[in-house]
Amino acid sequence: MNCTDFLAKLTDFFDGNIESELMAEVSEHLGHCRHCEVVVDTTRHTIDIYRGNEIYEFPDELSQRLRSAVMARCEGVKPAPAQAEGAESVGAAGSLR
Amino acid sequence: MMAAHNSTFAELPPPAAPPVPVAVVEEHPDVALVARAKAGDTSAFEQLVKQYDRQIFRTANHITQNREDAEDITQDVFFKAFQKLEQFKGDSKFSTWLVRIAVNESLMRLRKRKTSKTVSMDQDVETDEGSIPRDFAEWRPNPEQIYSQSELGDILRKTIGGLPPGFRTVFTLRDIENLSTEETAEALGLSVPAVKSRLLRARLQLRERLSRYFRQKTEATK
Ligand SMILES: [Zn+2]
Repeated sequence: MNCTDFLAKLTDFFDGNIESELMAEVSEHLGHCRHCEVVVDTTRHTIDIYRGNEIYEFPDELSQRLRSAVMARCEGVKPAPAQAEGAESVGAAGSLR
Repeated sequence: MMAAHNSTFAELPPPAAPPVPVAVVEEHPDVALVARAKAGDTSAFEQLVKQYDRQIFRTANHITQNREDAEDITQDVFFKAFQKLEQFKGDSKFSTWLVRIAVNESLMRLRKRKTSKTVSMDQDVETDEGSIPRDFAEWRPNPEQIYSQSELGDILRKTIGGLPPGFRTVFTLRDIENLSTEETAEALGLSVPAVKSRLLRARLQLRERLSRYFRQKTEATK
């Protein structure tokens, strides 16, 4: 297995989708190829860092504003059953305001 | 009185419960919420909005790279979901269903924008830039400690924003939103091998670009 072969299997490798036979070849390559080892390591860091950092702020204020807008639109389309009007305040949604 | 108080809870499990309940093991609580929402309980639907607005906003923002679009899309996604609630049969997770709507809305937005930078999902397969690793420097153990939160945010936004839309969409769904390869393929109307190949390129391109910021100082760079 050379570096190109290894790269072709990288996605499956990350997903744990490699049959044991091939896995032996993969490990063998990783064992002696410093470059591929670094690629595996830093690719894993890349994924982790994107997973671990919320890069687009989503403040509560925005969440509430969007939610109110959505709910207002929904009310307009499909009015809740008549008796739900008063019952709404005891719903599970928690108090927002 | 403690004794009386304790006896009230006699049949409950011993108080060794984990401090933060996170795991959802049995029937997903969304199932009940969706059922209530279908029956006309808007507070149940509002609860679902509350649970997933961040994820939908994030997905839309990643794909469109535009905050205002992401706000609009988030609203539209939940409104459409509300209208189409009857069509949700529960064969996927509700959140996955929402993400799928968000992807559609976001891609539609991108196509409408039609700027020169916008490429279709099929076109951007052509680019091979950055898909062949060139940077083999190790990273500093914790880039988070070298850059401030805001610097790091800038780097991460700029880097993912520089990927072709088709690549960053696949990366977002698979690696950030944790959809399976199959779910991602379904959401994007791509084959599984196409998703895998894009994911590989997306990951490698991001890695290559981030390496410029996070590489460890070596003798050569001195
Ligand atoms: Zn190699």
